[in-house]
Amino acid sequence: MEVTSQEYRKLSEKVSPRSPVLKNCIFAFLIGGLICAIGQVVTNLAMESGIELDNARLIGSATLIAASAILTALDVFDSIAKHAGAGTIVPITGFANSIVAPAIEFKTEGLVLGLAANMFKIAGPVLVYGITASIIYGLILNLLNMLK
Amino acid sequence: MPERKGQYTVTLSGRPTILGYSAVVGKKEGEGPLGRYFDMVFEDTTLGEKTWEKAESALQREAFTRALNKAGISPSQVNYMFAGDLLNQSIASTFGLREFGVPLMGQFGACSTMAQTLALAAIFVDSGAADICAAITSSHFCAAERQFRFPLGYGGQRPPTSQWTATAAGAVIVGFGGNGVKIADVTVGYITDFGINDTNNMGAAMAPAAAETLNAYLIDTGTRPDDYDLIVTGDLGAIGSELFREIMERKSFQLGANYSDCGMMLYDRSRQDVHAGGSGCGCSASVLCSYILSKMTSGELKNVLFIATGALMSPTSSQQGESIPGIAHLCHLVKTE
Repeated sequence: MEVTSQEYRKLSEKVSPRSPVLKNCIFAFLIGGLICAIGQVVTNLAMESGIELDNARLIGSATLIAASAILTALDVFDSIAKHAGAGTIVPITGFANSIVAPAIEFKTEGLVLGLAANMFKIAGPVLVYGITASIIYGLILNLLNMLK
Repeated sequence: MPERKGQYTVTLSGRPTILGYSAVVGKKEGEGPLGRYFDMVFEDTTLGEKTWEKAESALQREAFTRALNKAGISPSQVNYMFAGDLLNQSIASTFGLREFGVPLMGQFGACSTMAQTLALAAIFVDSGAADICAAITSSHFCAAERQFRFPLGYGGQRPPTSQWTATAAGAVIVGFGGNGVKIADVTVGYITDFGINDTNNMGAAMAPAAAETLNAYLIDTGTRPDDYDLIVTGDLGAIGSELFREIMERKSFQLGANYSDCGMMLYDRSRQDVHAGGSGCGCSASVLCSYILSKMTSGELKNVLFIATGALMSPTSSQQGESIPGIAHLCHLVKTE
């Protein structure tokens, strides 16, 4: 008896193993938490050395961005991310990695059409929709304030 | 002379011979179970080149050069070469082979390219259109990743169904004479699409095509799977080969222990982190041009069906939501005393 396309898709789903969601969530929670804790430690250290809260927070973020960029360049980031998943993607580390990785990869096609043009290949959509969402959010907030 | 047998199969009555073959691979492939069968293992996956594309071209050049040496012939004796790869416009082949001065017919068959080029080389030789032909193909993990997926340094997670593109190249020289492995029949497959659209599950997308081609061959020749020492599919991986067995069973052909898959043979899945197995043109090419042809040359395997499988999608078609059409071509290889 021949297999129909519909039957085959069901069969394929049955034999294809699913991603280990629970394991991935636990790793993401632990490693993501660790990254945030490191950011907090850096921020606190900055504050203890007499820097204001806002600037201390900037130093915390900048440290994580720099660390991710360096680890990406050293080919270490992807080995951590393989286990961490969302744990490295969601914090600011993922954003830094998504810009540095294509910049390094596409350097072979030149500094303009390679590096620069591809730098935001992955982060670009996040920026487009992130900024759009924040503008819409701002407009709604403004409207609500006017109604008060 | 090539003669048609049944609806899809061509029998090569002159039985062209494999005069020389060579497989060159990257570090990871060299560390796999077939490591000792390869002609050359490159510890440095850049092969000393500036770009991954150049590295892949170097792989093809190396495989072809070594196959020529093993056959004891010079490039000027080769009438045609059939070659292809996964990169846009097949640049690994054209740049890797441009220095040889051999007439080229570029081929695209995705990961089925080894069987496609070998079939063409054999048909050309058997028909008398050529005395000697070459079939060459390759893939490179890093070059394929940047074209089809993400940059290497990007921190993403690969699903368990995904396959690992082999960094490998294979080359075969076909002609007449000698006591080598012979190509007895070829079956060119048709496009089969069962609507799988997950590019991280290519084995499932290609399995129906492999089953259609094997089924067509078995019907055309009136043979059974048990008649062969080894039936080996291209790169279906763990999931694809399980599905392949299932579809063949539904077609009333039970596959026994003589069935294997190049994607499963190239790597040790338990320790090499390749998820569902190997893929890429170089996967089936390097397994054919190392383990399979070695075992056939020594007479341990005498009657082999080599079925390389390809997924005929592009990043554009996938992003547009299209399903993944599959294809598979078969070469029947024999070794007589």
